[in-house]
This record gives sequence, C-alpha cells and structure tokens, in this order.
Amino acid sequence: MSETILEVRDLHVAYGAIQALKGVSLTVQRGEITTIIGANGAGKSTLLRAISALVRPTRGVIRYETSDITRLPPHRIVQMGIIHVPEGRRIFAEMSVYENLLLGAYSQWGRDLDERLERVFAIFPRLKERLNQRAGTLSGGEQQMLAIGRALMARPRLLMLDEPSLGLAPFLVREIFQIIRQINQQGVPILLVEQNAHMALEIAHRGYVLETGRMVLTDTAANLLRNPAVREAYLGG
Amino acid sequence: MELSTIAQQLVNGIQSGAIYALIAVGYTMVYGILRMINFAHGEVYMVGALVAWLGTSRDWYGVVSHSSTGGLVLLIATAMLVCMTLGVLIERLAYRPLRHAPRLIVLITAIGMSFLLQNLALILFGADPKTVPLTWRTVQLGGISVSLGQLVLLIASLSFMAGLQLLVKRTQFGRAMRAVSEDFQAAALMGVPYDRVIVGTFAIGAALAGAGGAMTAIFVGAPVTPTFGFMPGVKAFVSAVLGGIGNIPGAVLGGLLLGVIEALVGGHPTLSPFRDAIAFCLLIAVLLFRPAGLLGRAVQEKV
Repeated sequence: MSETILEVRDLHVAYGAIQALKGVSLTVQRGEITTIIGANGAGKSTLLRAISALVRPTRGVIRYETSDITRLPPHRIVQMGIIHVPEGRRIFAEMSVYENLLLGAYSQWGRDLDERLERVFAIFPRLKERLNQRAGTLSGGEQQMLAIGRALMARPRLLMLDEPSLGLAPFLVREIFQIIRQINQQGVPILLVEQNAHMALEIAHRGYVLETGRMVLTDTAANLLRNPAVREAYLGG
Repeated sequence: MELSTIAQQLVNGIQSGAIYALIAVGYTMVYGILRMINFAHGEVYMVGALVAWLGTSRDWYGVVSHSSTGGLVLLIATAMLVCMTLGVLIERLAYRPLRHAPRLIVLITAIGMSFLLQNLALILFGADPKTVPLTWRTVQLGGISVSLGQLVLLIASLSFMAGLQLLVKRTQFGRAMRAVSEDFQAAALMGVPYDRVIVGTFAIGAALAGAGGAMTAIFVGAPVTPTFGFMPGVKAFVSAVLGGIGNIPGAVLGGLLLGVIEALVGGHPTLSPFRDAIAFCLLIAVLLFRPAGLLGRAVQEKV
C-alpha cells in the first residue's frame, strides 16, 4: 500500500520571460525513492527550488501530506520536514564542519542533537574526523557528505537531493548512492534529481522524465530502465 | 612630540577609536548580510546621544542631582532600546520593500533616510548644541590624565564588542547570521528565517550605535546637534572598510586604528590641521595594497 506524501500539480515557474516549468505534475510515495531524470536545463533543479519556495510558481499547487504549501516561506517548509540538499552542495565554506551540522539542525533544535550527530557520524565517519576543520577545505566528496549529513540533522521527513553525484569520482558516486539507499531504507522518502540516470533508476522505485519544462514520461524505475526511448536518450543506448 | 604627549594621545585615540568601532560593527554586519551600506547608521548614533541628553535634561534618571551608577546604566539601556526600535523601523519601512530592488536605489534610500533623521532631529529639538550636564573626575596615570568617564566608556565599549563576538561565534542566532551572510539561499534551506535574521542584525547594530552615542554624550560631554552623527558615521564607515567590510573583528581593528592615528596626528603641532586628510589618505593607501581591507578576504560578487 503506497501513500502519497508530496503532490505537485500543474506547476508553472518562470524566470522573467523564460518558462522553466510548463505544467509539471508529480507525486512522491511514502517510503520510496522517486527520481527525476532529464537533460541539463530541463527544469529539474527549478522543480526542487519551487518545492522549497526558493522560487515562486506562477501557477499550480504543491501539497505535502494534508497541507497546501505552495505559498509558505522557505523556513516553514523546512520546519515541516522537507529538506533540500541543493545542487553544488552549498555548504558554508567559512564555517567548521561542526557548525555546518548545527545549522542543519536549525529547524529542529532539541535535546537529541548529540544522538543525531552520532547517527550522521555512523553514516559518514569522515565528518567526525574533520569536525573542527573549515568546511571549505574539504574535498568534493567530503563536501557532498557534509551536505547530506547536514540535511539529516534536520530529521527529514522528505529528503530532496539535487545532483548528489555531480563532480564526484565514480567510486564516490557509488558510495553516495549506497548511502542514499541506506537512508531510504531507514524510512525516509527521497526525491532525487540526477543527470546520472542509470545510477538513479537503479536505486529508485519510480522515475519521471522531464524535458524542457514538461514531464514526458513516468513509470516504475525498472520499466524506465528497460524503456527503449529512455535508453536511447538518457542511458547511452 | 614628547613621549608623554604621545601616550596621552594614544589614550584619547583608543577612546574615540572604541566609539568608531562600536558604530563600525553595525555598518559591517548589515553589509555582511544585505551587501548594502546603511548610511542612516550615523544618525542612529545621534539619536542615542539625544536620548542621553533628554534623559538628563530633567534628570529623569536621577543621575544629575546625585551620581547613580544604576541610573546611568538604565539611561544607556534606554538609548539602546530606542535606537534598536529605530533600527528595526528603518529596516521595515525603508529597506525591506526594496529587498529585490537594484543596489543603487537602496543606497540612495539610505542617504535619504539619513537626511530625514537629521532633519527630524532639527525640527523636534532645534540646532543649538545640547550638553549632558555631567562632569567626570580626572585621574593621573603616570603623567597621562584620563577622565573617569573616558575610562568607563572604553571598558564598556570593549565589553559590548566582546559580547557581540560571543553572540556571533557561539549562539545559534550568530551562526544563522553568518550563514545568511555567506549564502542566504542555503541558509533558507536550513530553515533560517532570514527576514528575522536581517531585522535582528539591524537591531543589534542600532543598539550598539545607540550605546556609543549615549556614552559619547554622557562620558565625553560632546555637544549634541542634529549632525552629531555625520562625521563619526563617515569615520566608522571608513573603519569598517579599512578592516574589511563584512568582517566584525576587522571593523573593531579599523576603528581603533583610525582613532589612534587621528589622535596622534591631531596631537602634532604642525600636522594637526591635516588630521582628517591623513586619516583618509591612510584609507586610500590600505585599499591600494589590500583592496579587501586589513582582515577581509577577497570577496566574489554574488549572483
């Protein structure tokens, strides 16, 4: 039995005269990994940014569980448990690893902070070693781990990841995807945006294909992996 | 110059530098968060001084008739509270509606706000200089004479700045402030309500400027006029740039440095008329060799 946790309906977003999203609809089921694949500039990041309220849609509705969140400010959306790991990681380079993690917990400040820190260290032992280091001095892979660890500090009830594999060496990409699957198995639904379509569909339950601001296809991830059109366009034939 | 003169000027310089620093941290914090120069900040300092004068004009706080430490603390706290409210109002009414406007428009609004406050003070209280009717005993410390007021002002200013440093480095609000200043969108994704952080930043900066104004009127006895905040405001802005705009320790360093250099030049028999000129030449020289200021990092333009 699946149950919808996030529903996006007929979403339109424009940057000035440019229509980035032209009526996008999508649902995320509880407990699942949902992935959005598509080329550069298809509007994948814009969709996540609209859910996080970093950009305002011109039309459409975003529902999370039972509430309409379309017009909420970003910090309210974070408070509700929708945590967004943005493209390019966007860690606070001038601050220490520890301070980055504390900022991650900003919306869920509470007594179990140490417990959450330990859980993050269990997944990313490297972060514990580098706790007092300036985050800007971390390697790309470590920065991605910090970005995800920081998100976990917020006790996500829906985790949105934008291009977590970007710029990482292949063995690190595998490691990151392993971790994403592990986080999902602990019960966190995930909305994953990726250009690395193959890896994304491998771990996802359901996939959407976004092309120039429109959803052109949706199916189970397994079916998309076998779909000739998808193979042709996104999986290198 | 004789050694004792130099030592004397050093003390005077540190005292005026501490005031520059108190104002400068307000400029630098607001710049760090909004990338704007709040030119009305000097006027907030003036309002702090006005509150101190008002509070002593009828001896509401009982500090004129008999010396009362509690009364003085209360008076300065009142000035801080009034200025804090003013700072929040300025942000809400003048700057927030322009959050997405081009920077030039915000800059011009800030200058307009500065004139508005100066002229409001002129209309309400007139142009004649107002002095807080308090005098301070002078103590001799090895050939240097320091007024007790100067000493209190110095200690209080340094404590305020130490407190600010603690707030910025150790508290969740301070972390949120630094996060917004580094990347406000990433901060929003952490759940930081940045509008509230911006208001808080204005409130803290204004409270410190208010304390500086009140203390200058009370402890130095400087006459308060509607343009009381103009020159200190400019000097504090110079201090902030000197130290590296956006950098709080830099603003403190810049303020103290500027105060000391001004006092040393001002104490020199032939150089003293060039006091301000030399201060600004120094600024130009520093910026030629370190465009980001003494403690500033090279910053990239945000997109």
